[in-house]
Amino acid sequence: MKSIISIKSALIGIGLLTVSLLVLTGCPGQSNLMDTRDAAQKTYVAPGDYDEFYAFLSGGYSGQLSVWGLPSARLFKVIPVFSQDPESGYGYYEESKSMLQTSYGFIPWDDSHHPHLSQTGGIADGRWIFINANNTPRIARIDLETFETVEIIEIPNTGGNHGSSFVTENTEYVVGATRFSIPFDPELDVPIDSYKENFRGALSLIKVDQDTGQMELDFQIVVPPYNYDLARSGKGISSDWYFFTTYNTEEAHTLLEINASRNDKDFVAALNWRKAAEYVREGRAELMSTEYYHNYYDKSQSMAISTVKDEVLVLDPKDAPGILYYLPTPKSPHGVDIDPTGEYIVAGGKLATVIPVHSFSRMLEAIENERFIDEIDGIPVIDYDATIIGEVENPGLGPLHTEFDGKGYAYTSVYISSEIVKWSLETFEVVDRIDAYYSIGHLMIPGGDTVDPYGKYMIGLTKTAKDRYLPVGPKQNHPAQLYDISGDRMQLLLDFPTIGEPHYAQAISAEKVKPNAARIYQLEDNNHPHATKSVSDARVVREGDVVRVYMTNIRSNFRPDNIEGIHVGDTVYFHLTNLEQEWDVVHGFAIKGAQNAEVLLAPGQTKTIKWEPNRPGIYPFYCTAFCSALHQEMQGYVRVSPAGANTPITYRTGTR
Amino acid sequence: MNIRQKLLLVVAALMLLPLYYIPFWSISMTAPQYPEGIGMYIHINDVRGHNQHDIQSINTLNHYIGMKEIHVDEIPELKIMPYIFAFMIGSLILIALIGNQKLLLGWLILFVILSIAGIVDYYLWGYDYGHNLDPDAPIKVPGMSYQPPLIGTKQLLNIRASSYPTWGSALMVGSFMLSALIYYNNKKKS
Repeated sequence: MKSIISIKSALIGIGLLTVSLLVLTGCPGQSNLMDTRDAAQKTYVAPGDYDEFYAFLSGGYSGQLSVWGLPSARLFKVIPVFSQDPESGYGYYEESKSMLQTSYGFIPWDDSHHPHLSQTGGIADGRWIFINANNTPRIARIDLETFETVEIIEIPNTGGNHGSSFVTENTEYVVGATRFSIPFDPELDVPIDSYKENFRGALSLIKVDQDTGQMELDFQIVVPPYNYDLARSGKGISSDWYFFTTYNTEEAHTLLEINASRNDKDFVAALNWRKAAEYVREGRAELMSTEYYHNYYDKSQSMAISTVKDEVLVLDPKDAPGILYYLPTPKSPHGVDIDPTGEYIVAGGKLATVIPVHSFSRMLEAIENERFIDEIDGIPVIDYDATIIGEVENPGLGPLHTEFDGKGYAYTSVYISSEIVKWSLETFEVVDRIDAYYSIGHLMIPGGDTVDPYGKYMIGLTKTAKDRYLPVGPKQNHPAQLYDISGDRMQLLLDFPTIGEPHYAQAISAEKVKPNAARIYQLEDNNHPHATKSVSDARVVREGDVVRVYMTNIRSNFRPDNIEGIHVGDTVYFHLTNLEQEWDVVHGFAIKGAQNAEVLLAPGQTKTIKWEPNRPGIYPFYCTAFCSALHQEMQGYVRVSPAGANTPITYRTGTR
Repeated sequence: MNIRQKLLLVVAALMLLPLYYIPFWSISMTAPQYPEGIGMYIHINDVRGHNQHDIQSINTLNHYIGMKEIHVDEIPELKIMPYIFAFMIGSLILIALIGNQKLLLGWLILFVILSIAGIVDYYLWGYDYGHNLDPDAPIKVPGMSYQPPLIGTKQLLNIRASSYPTWGSALMVGSFMLSALIYYNNKKKS
């Protein structure tokens, strides 16, 4: 009895203690709860409402580019760029195959890293977005009316086009840079340990036509065989310049993690592209033979067309004084980013203990006063003390990339300590830091790489999810975090999984893109040589062993939908035309035993899928996109007879 | 008829001229899948979509319930009406020049007859369009017909169809009212 009373009083005591603790400290997580509500409100875009920004996230090893809305982080579309896409048929249907042609043949995959929006006056203009392929070096251009890949250019003399696809202030150029230096064409068969003698680096200047957006490899600059990692165009006062980071100035070719980490400083390379282009126009560049592909989507014929180029202009800095300088920079720098005024050149030394900030105007002074400490292959090396204007102390471990908010602050992603640090461009001191989940690569502020950033949101693109979401096995998708940067302190708003491995991203005000988005392809402008623009023109034509089916798609039928007289051994081309002229009314086509993919047709488009039936039988085909109330009725049959049979070609639709 | 009235009659005649360029009737349709709506404008010489390809979309939708396709070149009224309007404009100018009250009365009566004929014709076309359905149509709803309303709004399956006059009709009414007013004023004086 006594003991029960004492337990009771003990319990009461604990209860009172808890209550008093609660009174003293407040409810657990109350402040947290307020933050969460606040964050949810900031990212809430009501059903039917539109996001404030379009964001474009690279797909990394998926080879694609995904389109998202900010601040909701809703996924709108995945645009196939460098990789085949069985969902849309990109890279499988005949008209798209040329887009993936290279001097190495048909390449069905790549590693897409850095999307960059076209700019006018240093501000993203919403015409096009470029993105680089790292593995088989290329740059693609995506049209932001159709959100489709419309051009891919291969870059010769390059191994790993990583320092790409950054544009100049008015999209005069888009740039390529070799991450892995290699021997140039045509002397390619050399021992690997002859690296220092035979390997060379290339910086590629690709000119962009201002009306059509069409790219042309204008010239390359041959540079010492370092690894050229990332690039940025200058802006404002520095807009005639490109800046590149280098590592492996040790010129190692094996065990780079040790051998390329020996030097305390590598370089930021500063290239006066305008002057270089003038030298090239003066005839100082050498014409070298090479081979690369240029693939261009002809809108009116709705097909990609490849041309093969066999020479390139190469400019040697030895013959072009004053175009290229090296700025010593600690240590194996990764990102190089220019503040909105164009004055500060911020490098992310991934093994450095500070974030070094060079001054563009001090660089110009140093060049004028020839404050050089060395010269490498005709490239002057400027004294570090002559260009450096600040070193941000205590930035965390492994600073990589920096963007700007237009309000006097810079934000640097820090990989090893997994955080973002905010620092002042006046004092070069860290003013805030926030965790990243986990191991952050690039970060992106809408317009944060332009002369006019929107200092409102920031995305961090992280490399590993670990415990952040419901687990999905040993390999999980890469995360991204959305932060509010409008206040003094950074605030985490959202944490969401992405597609592929987004390296870099871009964002632009929705108002600059939304009004131009196409709703249909005009049928009257469709000049595809195999288009069928009227149901009365639907037909089947045999040309030797090739059978061409001119087929129309409209709700809810294919014409023709009964086809006989195909034989084993024939090559059949289904030339499909979607006759719809209504926004987002899409038809698809799939046939049993197809060894490629289905194909999706936007309204007004013509696409061709090749089919080689390998045994006799009746083959159903059907519409893969749920197009209408009678979508399930949108089907047909092909009869395939044995090789050598004499079944004649016949076709029909309906009985009337 | 004084010179001012004659001039006003010419104005009344010229009020019909824009009908060659602007529609006098509009049928608009909304459905869950058509948040932005589709529809057609009826001109005296044309039927046009509210948006570039709306006629094609309407035909595509209508084939499910077996309605006839709308083909502008197969509607005889669109070929006749421009001549009728030319006659009405020309004759009214002529009447203004002559200044004859009786002829003006005749013109007004003709206007009324033509208007009634037009409305009846439009109703009959709508009736035929909505009732004369292809027996092989995939979607058949017993007892359902799809005649668009002459004027007003009607729910037809998933589609809400509205039919209303536009500025062109206002001009026609205005032209008639002005002419009738002039006739009435003159009659009072005499």
